[in-house]
Amino acid sequence: MTPHLHIENLTKTFTLHQFDGKQIVGCTDINLDLEHGEFIGITGKSGAGKSTILKCIYRTYIPTSGSMMYHSDTHGLIDLAKAEERDILEIRQKEIGYVSQFLRVLPRVTALDCVVEVLVEIGTEKAAAVAEARAILSHFQLSESLWESYPNTFSGGEKLRLNLARAMVKRPKFLLLDEPTASLDQGSKASVRDMIIELKRGGTSMIGIFHDLEFMESVVDKEFNMRNGIMVGGYA
Amino acid sequence: MDNRVSIRNVSKIYGKGCDSCIELTGPEHGRNRCPKCGTIVACADIGFDVYPGEVLGIVGESGSGKSTLVKTLYFDEAPTTGEFYLQDFEEGLSNVYGLSSLQKRYIRNHLMGMVYQNPHLGLRLDYSAGGNIAEKLLMADWNHVGDIRERAKELLTKTEIPIERMDDKPKYFSGGMQQRVQISKALANNPPLLLLDEVTTGLDVSVQASVLDLIRQIGRELGISMIVVSHDFSVIRMLTNRTIVMKNGRIVEQGLTDQIMEDPQHAYTQLLINSLI
Ligand SMILES: Nc1ncnc2c1ncn2[C@@H]1O[C@H](COP(=O)(O)OP(=O)(O)O)[C@@H](O)[C@H]1O
Ligand SMILES: Nc1ncnc2c1ncn2[C@@H]1O[C@H](COP(=O)(O)OP(=O)(O)O)[C@@H](O)[C@H]1O
Ligand SMILES: [Mg+2]
Ligand SMILES: [Mg+2]
Ligand SMILES: [Zn+2]
Repeated sequence: MTPHLHIENLTKTFTLHQFDGKQIVGCTDINLDLEHGEFIGITGKSGAGKSTILKCIYRTYIPTSGSMMYHSDTHGLIDLAKAEERDILEIRQKEIGYVSQFLRVLPRVTALDCVVEVLVEIGTEKAAAVAEARAILSHFQLSESLWESYPNTFSGGEKLRLNLARAMVKRPKFLLLDEPTASLDQGSKASVRDMIIELKRGGTSMIGIFHDLEFMESVVDKEFNMRNGIMVGGYA
Repeated sequence: MDNRVSIRNVSKIYGKGCDSCIELTGPEHGRNRCPKCGTIVACADIGFDVYPGEVLGIVGESGSGKSTLVKTLYFDEAPTTGEFYLQDFEEGLSNVYGLSSLQKRYIRNHLMGMVYQNPHLGLRLDYSAGGNIAEKLLMADWNHVGDIRERAKELLTKTEIPIERMDDKPKYFSGGMQQRVQISKALANNPPLLLLDEVTTGLDVSVQASVLDLIRQIGRELGISMIVVSHDFSVIRMLTNRTIVMKNGRIVEQGLTDQIMEDPQHAYTQLLINSLI
């Protein structure tokens, strides 16, 4: 079987037109194979290019060159670097969970609704969606008193837990995690680890960026390190 | 056709035109007025698709041609060139710009809804709110008075207008309520395509928020395709998945909305994003 995701020579440079076309390197010549059900961890200093890779995969960033062959349940083998926007939107909705570094929430949508919506979008009945959303918010120990309030006032840790619930509630086939334990206490970290293990058992493939090496080593199959946009390593 | 709407090569020119109008206007020149003949190229070379159930954003500064473009889609203005295909009309095989005015009226009445920035354009302010909705329903071949009244009540409830105001005239309503009546009217015929041109511009911030929430809810519940025009990125971010950026009558960039905001490609889009407060 081909890998779930096969990245070849992925390069991303940013061109800043307001600064005379200045070029900034995000990442250079990244090669990576993610097998089905595998979890790859990425470490590296701030600015090394870790988030850039995840954002290219999710297509929030347009890759400058290279390919990202992804095994989609609904679209077959597809190059995420060149796929049409409509296909990307559908794959995102149905197959990919993404815990971004900064939670972007819509204004005036309650924490509970923002999780419910994810399920309703993929066709879950409203009542079942509410029940599942409540269960996962409890799992991540987001205080029940916050469920009916707007997340824009949440603390960093609360936002992250909501973000995790949103990304994981649909049990995606593919999960991108950008520092999923930053600013969490030990209890919440354990709940993240439990959910990761549960998803892995269900066959989810994952790529995660970590600063907490101890946590990372307890969940990943392989780890890579990034420096100045270049990736090294790949040890099991 | 997989797309609900396909637009190809649409342009609208105000003036007599010359051979150089297109070449000498656009974002590279920073103008939409032909320096040779003074013609205004309000929009040119416009092409895009709207997927079923999708909300597409069109963003750009004032004068970039956004309103002109949506007016040609609603047949308020005839385009100078272009093709327009609608999935719900003859399976998207006919260029609807080429139809007779009778057929265009049919499409407008049955397959489209439009909400203007200025309520004067979308409503008869001295008819009752219910009467405005009835007018749209009559044009869409609803004939039964009881049904029409029921539908009007349903729409006003959905848009949170108190039913007891149904027989009042929108000219006595607040700006936010006028927009809600316009939205009710535009939705009356259950159109597969809804066009919204700067519908919250000029409203108080809290009123803006509630109208935007209503539009978002409609998108989710009814699954209709929408084109949302705004100069305001916060509106675009809240409502859309994909966005088109216009400048001087041309499309400078189109992409996923999060990509447009986090990895803008064109110098003009970068300037817009960097100028956000
Ligand atoms: N949208 C962007 N526009 C311009 N430069 C960017 C953008 N995103 C990231 N970069 C730059 O790319 C490099 C890698 O950033 P990033 O991938 O966020 O690093 P990390 O996640 O490892 O901290 C940095 O120099 C950063 O400033
Ligand atoms: N009826 C008209 N006659 C001449 N010029 C017009 C007419 N309508 C619009 N324009 C011009 O076309 C350009 C685009 O206008 P418009 O579509 O309203 O832009 P936007 O909605 O992006 O602000 C502007 O330069 C405007 O002055
Ligand atoms: Mg990062
Ligand atoms: Mg306008
Ligand atoms: Zn000219």
